[in-house]
Amino acid sequence: MSAHLLIILPLVIPFVAAVATLLFARRPGVQKGINIASMTGILAASGALLMRLQAEGILVTTIGDWPVPFGIVFVVDHLSVIMLIVSAIIGVAVAIYAVPDADSTRVRFGFYPFFNLLMIGINGAFLTGDLFNLYVWFEVMLISSFVLIVLGNTDEQLAGAVKYVVINLVSSLLFLAGVGLVYGMTGTLNMAELSVALADVGQPGLVTVVAMLFLISFGIKAALFPLFFWLPASYHTPPASVSAFFAGLLTKVGVYALFRVFTLLFTQDVGYTHTLLLWGAGLTMVTGVLGAAVQNDFRRVLSFHIISQIGYMIMGLALYTPLAILGGVFYIVHHIIVKANLFLVSGVAKRLRGSYSLKSLDGLYAYHPWLATLFVIPAFSLAGFPPLSGFWAKLILTIAGIEVGAYWIVAVAVAVGLFTMFSMTKIWVKAFLPGGGGDAADAVGPLRLGTRVMYAPIAGLAALTLMISVFAGPVYDLAERSANELHNSSEYVEAVLDHEKSVADSASRPGVDGGAGDVYAR
Amino acid sequence: METLIALVTGTMVAVGVYLLLQRDLVRKIIGVVVLSNSIHLLIFAMGRMTRASSPLIPPGQKYPPEGIANPLSQALILTAIVIGFGLLAFSLVLIYRLYQSRGTVDADAIIEATLGDE
Repeated sequence: MSAHLLIILPLVIPFVAAVATLLFARRPGVQKGINIASMTGILAASGALLMRLQAEGILVTTIGDWPVPFGIVFVVDHLSVIMLIVSAIIGVAVAIYAVPDADSTRVRFGFYPFFNLLMIGINGAFLTGDLFNLYVWFEVMLISSFVLIVLGNTDEQLAGAVKYVVINLVSSLLFLAGVGLVYGMTGTLNMAELSVALADVGQPGLVTVVAMLFLISFGIKAALFPLFFWLPASYHTPPASVSAFFAGLLTKVGVYALFRVFTLLFTQDVGYTHTLLLWGAGLTMVTGVLGAAVQNDFRRVLSFHIISQIGYMIMGLALYTPLAILGGVFYIVHHIIVKANLFLVSGVAKRLRGSYSLKSLDGLYAYHPWLATLFVIPAFSLAGFPPLSGFWAKLILTIAGIEVGAYWIVAVAVAVGLFTMFSMTKIWVKAFLPGGGGDAADAVGPLRLGTRVMYAPIAGLAALTLMISVFAGPVYDLAERSANELHNSSEYVEAVLDHEKSVADSASRPGVDGGAGDVYAR
Repeated sequence: METLIALVTGTMVAVGVYLLLQRDLVRKIIGVVVLSNSIHLLIFAMGRMTRASSPLIPPGQKYPPEGIANPLSQALILTAIVIGFGLLAFSLVLIYRLYQSRGTVDADAIIEATLGDE
């Protein structure tokens, strides 16, 4: 299969599936089948892309055959392909989990079409090499996530959705303003060309200001301190399958955008921008973990932990050494799988005991030992217990931090790890260990078929966590290659600008006249 | 001309932010609309403004002559308007639905009601 077709498959498959699920709007069984097939197809296509990437280096395709700096390019480098694969894995897991979890009302009002549309937005954001196109994919993702978060129309969901919608609209506007200013300064939106052109802009101060617009915009999407308040206010309201998907992927798309933009575009003033990122990372870790400590709702504890974990990823980006970026990428992979799995576990707990409140869950271990076992693996991986995947991720970041002498952030990271353990133990003690619950005994019966089906993706993701823990080598190698590509962006830039369809020629291209103070796009 | 547009954009951003900070959710959405239009103006101004000259590239050349407004930023605005319209329609319906179930569009009252539920 041609590489060009392969690159757009992760978009074409969910698009076809979205249309097909709409055609079968009255046949929920068929929709479920199409959805699982679509997610599996994306996973297969992403795997094929990885093999192609290993064999041929960075893959580039031009959409509509427009020559490079003018048309939209899709670029597949290691970071893109890692994100594609991990998100497809979560897609498959949630697609299976949703079969019993998504109720008939939600399915009737378009759960599956929007699930696939959301996947298009996410995959598009990972693939695109054009800044404005990235904005468009973010919007595709946003509008689908808006629908998914309100689907079902409960009062709680509506109140959570308002916060989610308004803050995300503002974030998109800041992003759009940043894109407009970047275009005005350089006259291009192609990220590879921007990487060269932004260095030539005569006014470094202006570039840093624009970088801050991007930092705030993606910071909101990634739930970075102090822009995270919308997340714990909204993520616990939709059903478990939706919140697991959101928790695993949506904030990580923001993190991906931060990684892309602050390694490829805004590296002119690393001393300023990345120091700010480092402070953001430290404060994000601390506030997230402290927020989790006072919560008593299964999913709210987990929501606050998303925030604190985002801090670790951004710490990897902020330290800006190859090893640190490697740690950040490894952390993203580990976190997406583990966090989505914990939300899936919370959904099963709710199904078994009718509540997300830690108090009323009480005693799960006595009656559902398998669920307890499946909770322990991701929970203690999240907390960073050796030899689980979270331990390796934290270890790499710690070593990277010590290497550059950023001892305070390392101290924060280790301390936050301890607090994470505290929160996970709290869930364990309150929800799983037998307490004084007298009414617990009557809750045991043979598991319904639906619940059994829900165990499958949880077990699968837990097995994957164990695999990343024991065989960390392959993931480490992939993360290392992506870190090298990110830290030295020339490979990416050359792959795009020296593409066969490229007419990019920075010498003859007008619009960038450094130092003249003229910042108009021409 | 660009100076005037810059001033208008700045004023609109101020108005948008002021409305965004209101408790009334409808005003918040109007704030988002004003803010988004101000950003469209910003992109418009970034493409430079010229009168009565079309961005045609003479035969044999790669780029349009000097002093032509950049048509791409206008195309970007079109895309942004379409996306913004979709998001606006959704948010209005969301707030109307919230009003139906809560009987108010005051953010504080809704938060208190939500806290009361728990």
